[in-house]
Order: sequence, then structure tokens, then C-alpha cells
Amino acid sequence: MSAVIRPDAPVLLEIRDLHASVENQPILKGVNLTIRAGEIHAVMGRNGSGKSTLSKVLAGHPAYTVTGGSVLYRGENLLDLDPEQRSRIGLFLGFQYPVEIPGVSNLEFLRVATNARRKERGDEELDTFAFEDVVRERLSVVQMDPAFLDRSVNEGFSGGEKKRNEILQMALLEPVVAILDETDSGLDIDALRIVAGGVNQLSSPDNSTLLITHYQRLLDLITPDAVHVMAAGRILRSGGKDLALELERSGYEWVDAELARLDGEAAPQPAAPQPLEVA
Amino acid sequence: MLAAPAVTAAAAGSGAPALAWLAELAGAPLPTRREEDWRFTDLAALAAIPAGFASPAAGQPVDPWSGLNLPAGVTRLTGPAAEAQLGTALAASGCDQHWPVRLNGGACPALLVLKVEGDAGSLELPLPVSAAEGVVAWRLLLVLEPGARLELLQVPAPAPGQRQLLSLVSEVVLGAGARLQLGCLAQGHTHAALLHHLAVRQASGSELQATLVSSGWGLARHEPRVVQEQGAARTRLLGLQRVDGRQLADTHSFVRFDGPDGELDQLHKAVADGSGRSVFNGAVQVPRLAQRTNAAQLSRTLLLSDRARIDTKPQLEIVADDVKCAHGATVSQLQSEELFYLRSRGIDAATAAGLLQRAFCHEVLRELPAAAHRHDPLTALLGAA
Ligand SMILES: Nc1ncnc2c1ncn2[C@@H]1O[C@H](COP(=O)(O)OP(=O)(O)O)[C@@H](O)[C@H]1O
Ligand SMILES: [Mg+2]
Repeated sequence: MSAVIRPDAPVLLEIRDLHASVENQPILKGVNLTIRAGEIHAVMGRNGSGKSTLSKVLAGHPAYTVTGGSVLYRGENLLDLDPEQRSRIGLFLGFQYPVEIPGVSNLEFLRVATNARRKERGDEELDTFAFEDVVRERLSVVQMDPAFLDRSVNEGFSGGEKKRNEILQMALLEPVVAILDETDSGLDIDALRIVAGGVNQLSSPDNSTLLITHYQRLLDLITPDAVHVMAAGRILRSGGKDLALELERSGYEWVDAELARLDGEAAPQPAAPQPLEVA
Repeated sequence: MLAAPAVTAAAAGSGAPALAWLAELAGAPLPTRREEDWRFTDLAALAAIPAGFASPAAGQPVDPWSGLNLPAGVTRLTGPAAEAQLGTALAASGCDQHWPVRLNGGACPALLVLKVEGDAGSLELPLPVSAAEGVVAWRLLLVLEPGARLELLQVPAPAPGQRQLLSLVSEVVLGAGARLQLGCLAQGHTHAALLHHLAVRQASGSELQATLVSSGWGLARHEPRVVQEQGAARTRLLGLQRVDGRQLADTHSFVRFDGPDGELDQLHKAVADGSGRSVFNGAVQVPRLAQRTNAAQLSRTLLLSDRARIDTKPQLEIVADDVKCAHGATVSQLQSEELFYLRSRGIDAATAAGLLQRAFCHEVLRELPAAAHRHDPLTALLGAA
């Protein structure tokens, strides 16, 4: 539907005319997005445009109801699956606000999560000792202090520490499609470099990443293949990495005009996708 | 002081109504729900316990602790030395006439009186039961001399599947500056009942930490009762009770400050699942002479089922004016955001709920004496959850 960047690569995620609501309030109003293996996509947009809602719907949060459209994950209907099943087959959501869970050890949490994914892939589950070796090696991806393993999940972590813990989980779960919801917000420049370095290190021709962000500065460190602008629950415009730069220069004012124009149309159609050059 | 059993199991006969037999043992009729202290807890459930004794020697005054290995600093007292302080903590904390205490006295309890001097380390007290059905009773008195220290763990457990009533009465006398860390890890089953009184007299400068944990009992009632006789002591009470099915767990605590500058830090937690019922009543008395008392009480309930029932009530009686008393009660369900976070990492809903429940319980369980780890308290408490 939208930008075709690597036409020969297999489609990993295909979102078609997705509508979703929360508490009977429609939030997503026809999202279209196709992501192929090896691609990095960025979704930008103002606060409240529906970016986190899209990520929660994809991850299967029970508070959100899909009211229309479809999502195929490697050709399989994603929306039929429980959140835990989505994770096990390789979908990962890095939370905008990672949840603190007092009393649950981070190490134990990471181990149970990793084993759930390993089991699904037919790999042997790791006992505490074997897992410690794996996790210590992965800590280097985000340059995280092993002391964080002994604490409760995210409890008392600073904003930056929570985000690093998210990327550590990503490094352990080795997802096929990773959605990172504002992983850059609240990070100082050093932490941003570390997190971006981690994401780059984990990217491969076989997986793909959907970065949700407000800021160009993340995209200086992770080069996206496509940039999408979200507004009022749909993708208004898609482009190459230059679109992010353009947004940085001119802001989102044009969005209002575009939305007004769309609302003026008798029967609102999903925004026509623009063909893109290979980045 | 300890009466011989008024009636023996044989005399009671298998057809005799158990409640009448229990009333006879206690020398008093069972309390009814018309009494304020028993409003939510119906002892009529004890009718299911067959008349008879489940102590190892079935009602004979046999000593289950004759081979007990005591750590250095702990001496067992017998005869008049043992009797001297027996009953004083029960009387001081106003529960010597409580029905469960009377029942205990009438049920021929095994008696253990220990004197503790210096730093005595830790002790786990075995509480043996036989495979027979009926009542088993223990009475314990711990006297900590000034400056003495002890960690004590009790693990009352009914015989698997047997209809038993376990009656435990512990008295503690803490001398000046003495320190006791007491833990009671009580995992029962639906056919069994537990009646537990813990009465403590604290001298100034002493420290008590009591952690009472129970789960799985058809009926469990804990009554920790503490008196700071001169104030200026520290009391920490921790409780955790879990009910499921049609189980009932009830904690009635009582703390009184009979002098200034005392401290209380109390946390009571409950997990209520199924059609279970959880009761907490926390009485704190701060009379006029107990100026500068600092007391905090918090009750937290995790409600896992809409059929479960909870009744929780602080009962603060504060007369002194220069005091800090805080209390709070919260009832919550499993947090949906926490659950979703775990599920989004591939952890199935049931395992995620179990992890969150364990986390809730951990705050209290970690306060049990170190010896409790051997019993794997989390598994004991949550079973397969
Ligand atoms: N759980 C929720 N309950 C109620 N409203 C919600 C909920 N989640 C999102 N919304 C609403 O949906 C809209 C989009 O929010 P969100 O997806 O968080 O936007 P973004 O991530 O782009 O800032 C907002 O108006 C927000 O208030
Ligand atoms: Mg958001």
C-alpha cells in the first residue's frame, strides 16, 4: 500500500485500513503501512495523533478495540493472537512508558520472557546460570550496569535506564518486527547514542524496525528508509528521510490544512500513497 | 494454670457434636457473630472438626520437644521457674479469657518455656501433629532477658487432608533492649483450622518484629497482641493472608502503648481469590501517658475475584495529643498495565498474574526469619499460582 523500498524483500507487517477505538472513542481512522524485511520506518506526528495507540493495537493491548481493517504479520492474521503469542512469534513493542513492577526481579522477568520466545522458536530454554551468561553478554549492547538485573523491573529506574532496559529486552528477544515508541524521549545525548547504537546493532536484513519519534535527532543516528507523518489517527504523508528534515524546518502547520481538506471531502478516503524512490 | 482436658476424645464419643465438645474443653460457649470481635468469623465452621486429639500422643501429656536441640543462650525452664511468668503476657494484653486461649488451655497443650540470654541466633520450633483428626494444642512462653536476641520460626501445618484444629498460643516477654524476630509460616488446607494467639510484653528499648503468614486454611485466625509496658520500644507487625475457594482468614491485632515514645510499624496484606473471605482488624491504643508515640498502620488487599469478600478496619483509639498516627487501607486488583507489560514479553496471562501476586506477597515474606527460606514460602503460599 505505502512506500515500496525493497520490493523484493518479504513483507513482514502489512497494516490495511486499520481502525481502532478506546472506550468507544475512535482513535485510529484508517492506517495503512507496509514494512518489508530489512527496512527501518519512522512514524512522526504531534502528541495525540495516535502513534502510541497504533503501537498498543499492534501489540494487542486489551483496552483497544479494532473496529476495522486488518494486520498481517508475515502473512498471518496478527489481530487474532494474544499479546503473549505476538511477542513469542517475534513482534516487540518498546514502551513509551515502561511499567514498574515492584517485587518482580528484572533478571527473572528477562529470563521468563526470553525462554517464552526461545520455546516458540524450538530453542532450548535457559536455566538461571545459562541465562546469566547470555544476559551479561547482551548488557553490552546498551552498556547497562549488571546491578540493574538484581532490581525490580523498572522500579526506581530513571527515564533513560528504563529505555535501556527496553532495548536490552529487544536484544534478548531478537524480534522480527520491533516497534519502538518514543524510545528517544527523555534521553540525554549520551544515552541517545547508546540506545541508537543498540538499535543499529540489532538491525539486520531479516528484521525490521518501526521507530515512533518526535525528533529528528534520533533519525540523525538511525537512518530510516521511510518516514510517515501521522495525524488524527491516520498516515497523512509518507516520504524518505528528507521528510523528517522538512518537518523539523517547517513544523506541522500544514497538517491542519490537510486535515481540514480531508474532512471537507464527502467520503473520506485513505490518503493515496505516494510512490517512493529507493532510499 | 493449665487445666487437664475436661473431656477426653473417648468420653466425647464419635457421635457427640464437636462444637459442644469444644465448648466443654474451653469451659465457655463458642463466641457467636453477635460479638463484635467475631462479627465476620463464624466459628460454627469448627463443627466439621471431629472431637478428639491430633497431638502425637492423643491427649496424653507427652512432650513433643524432649529432643529439641536448643542454640547456646536458650534454656528450657520447667517446674515453678517455668510457671512464674506464664500467662502474664496474655493477661497484660487482655486476652487471657479469649475463647481460643481458653480452648488452648483446656486442650492439654504441649508446653515449652524458654529463657533466652545473649545473642542466641535462630531457632525453628517444630510443631508436630499426628495423622489423627481433631484438636492439637501448643503453648509457648519465651522470656528474653535484657539485651537478648533471637530469631524464631514456627511452621504450624496440619496433616494432609485431615480435619484438624491447630491451637497455638505463644507468649513473649521482652526484657529491656531485647530483640525478637518472630515468624509464623502457616500453610494449611481447606479441612483444617488454625487459631493463633501471640501475646507480647515489651520493656523499653526492646524490639519486636512479628511476621505472620497464612494461606489455604478453611479457617485461620491470628491475634497478635502487644503491650509496650513503658513505651519507648519498637514494634513491627507484618501480616500476609491468602484465601481462595471458600476459605476464611482473619487477623485481629492489638497494640497498646503504656508509656511515651513508642513506635509501631504495621503492614497487613491480604490476597483474596475465589469466594474467600479476608478480615483484618487493627486496634491501636494510645492513652494519654503515651506522648510522642509514632504509629503507622497500612492494610493492603489484592482482590482477585469479584466473589471474594474483604472486611478491613483500623481501630485507632488515640487519647494522647502529641502523637503521630498514620493509617491507610487500599484494595486493588491486578494492575492491567503491569499485566499487559508482562504479556507483551511473551509471558502468558496466568504466569503473569502469578508473578504479580508473588511480587505483592514478597514484601511481607522477605521479612520472615532466614530459616523460612528452606520452606519455600512463596510456593507454600501460592501453591500452583
Ligand atoms: N487508554 C486510553 N484511554 C483514553 N484515551 C486514550 C487512551 N489511549 C489513547 N487515548 C487517546 O487517543 C489519542 C491518541 O493518543 P496516543 O495514541 O497516545 O497519541 P500519541 O502517542 O501520538 O501522542 C489521544 O487523544 C488520547 O487521549
Ligand atoms: Mg505516544
